[in-house]
Amino acid sequence: MGIEILGLPLYYYIAMVAKVLIAFVFVLLTVAYATYAERKIIGFMQVRIGPNRTGPMGLLQPIADGLKLFFKEEIIPADSSKFAFLIAPLIALIPAFITFAVIPFGDTIKIFGYDVPLQIVGYYDSGVGKVVDMNIGVLYVLAMSSLGVYGIVLAGWASNSKYSLIGGLRSSAQMISYELAAGLAIVPVFMLVGSLSLQEIIHAQVGMRWFIWNSPMTFIAGMIFYVATLAEVNRTPFDLPEAETELVSGFCTEYSSMKYAMFFMAEYANMVTVSAVMVTLFLGGWDGPFVGSLPWLSPLYFIAKVYFLMFMAMWIRATVPRYRYDQLMAIGWKVMLPSALVVIVITAVAGYFGFYTFSGLFGY
Amino acid sequence: MDISSVFFALVAIVAVVSALLVVTCKNPINSALALVLTFFCLATFYAMLNAPFMAAIQIIVYAGAIMVLVIFTIMLLNIRVDENKKHSHQLALGSVIGIIVLMMTGLVLTRGKVSQPVGDITNELINSQGHTELIGKVMFTDFLLPFEVTSILLLVAIVGAVILAKRKLS
Repeated sequence: MGIEILGLPLYYYIAMVAKVLIAFVFVLLTVAYATYAERKIIGFMQVRIGPNRTGPMGLLQPIADGLKLFFKEEIIPADSSKFAFLIAPLIALIPAFITFAVIPFGDTIKIFGYDVPLQIVGYYDSGVGKVVDMNIGVLYVLAMSSLGVYGIVLAGWASNSKYSLIGGLRSSAQMISYELAAGLAIVPVFMLVGSLSLQEIIHAQVGMRWFIWNSPMTFIAGMIFYVATLAEVNRTPFDLPEAETELVSGFCTEYSSMKYAMFFMAEYANMVTVSAVMVTLFLGGWDGPFVGSLPWLSPLYFIAKVYFLMFMAMWIRATVPRYRYDQLMAIGWKVMLPSALVVIVITAVAGYFGFYTFSGLFGY
Repeated sequence: MDISSVFFALVAIVAVVSALLVVTCKNPINSALALVLTFFCLATFYAMLNAPFMAAIQIIVYAGAIMVLVIFTIMLLNIRVDENKKHSHQLALGSVIGIIVLMMTGLVLTRGKVSQPVGDITNELINSQGHTELIGKVMFTDFLLPFEVTSILLLVAIVGAVILAKRKLS
């Protein structure tokens, strides 16, 4: 099997580095242009033009924004807790990026005769001689999303400012409550697939049997999951942590320069990540027409679906006003959480009577 | 030396340094953050011991839930930086206990024998069925009663917390 370094074949290392670089650059570029796309799309929806001065059609706007933030003065409030203040943007940004490690962004592809699964995490099984998926993909996603709250809480507390503190507390309460609904909404998918591996979940949906329309239970679960993740990444209509009209800028009021930019990047990177998780769990992942005969199409389908969900999030932001704080909590605890539990129970009962999915029922 | 021992050495260094930071940091928030890092290293060890489910649970429960609670408590009680207090008695007692525990660990490591796996769960079974599936099955069949008792205990704790909070309001 060619050259081996430290007990692993060389192609494994090359493929791993290449996959990490591709996924990282993809997320970074998407984050940069999502800011542009958001301003442009909301501009068109509100019959404005949006950014159009920097470069053709304003396409260089993200670079100009980045440069501007980079050269701004870095202000650290005198009474802040220095270490926590400095590390909070990092803690906010890192979980958003490393969640991508388990998300399969394409089918297994043959490159120079080697089978390369398009998913970063996976251990090399020397017995079988190929890369195997870890069986805990979904748990990893949940674990990383539960870490996102640290960055915001620390930022809010370390700034030593009342707006930041209220923003941080609001956001942590919101993220913790909606995490429950999102976590429970995934359970019907496990019950139908019988595995926690994200590859297995996608393989159960291959052939357009996507969970979003393949069963009424997973349809409702998918809707709950999407709304809950919008709340978890603090998007409108749940963007209370940074409600500009009441809290100046919420938890990042005291931040300036690149540290502010990092919170901004974290928000958009989180948006990319939750869209990718939603695509993987409910929209068939990399599945699409002709993907069986042309596996190279699978990453393109995946990217198209992620971008569609991000467009939806922007669309919602342009359309729906912000919730009041008590309404937000009431919806999270009194509507979303019970309905997620009811969906789980219905899935279990329906499975007991042999009804799993439409494709299982009609056998197409 | 294979790749896993190199990796183990790296993670072990981070684990020991962050564990030291937990007890040496002056600011309680920084200690708590160092503890989160320690939990991460522990999760990495679980993953390296071929127990990915335990690794994920370690992060979800300890880093994701318990430490968030600890950080909240520190923030809301506004525990400030511990400034130049003398702790000579506590320091002496702590070092004695620490040295004793270290000696015991050394004894266990040098004198102990590694036992073979006992019971029906073998490596082949784990590989064919998966960790998560096996734990789930056992939890809902053989250990159903302890599982239910634990859940009732947690429910009681939640109800108690709500009652205490309500009483304060009125």
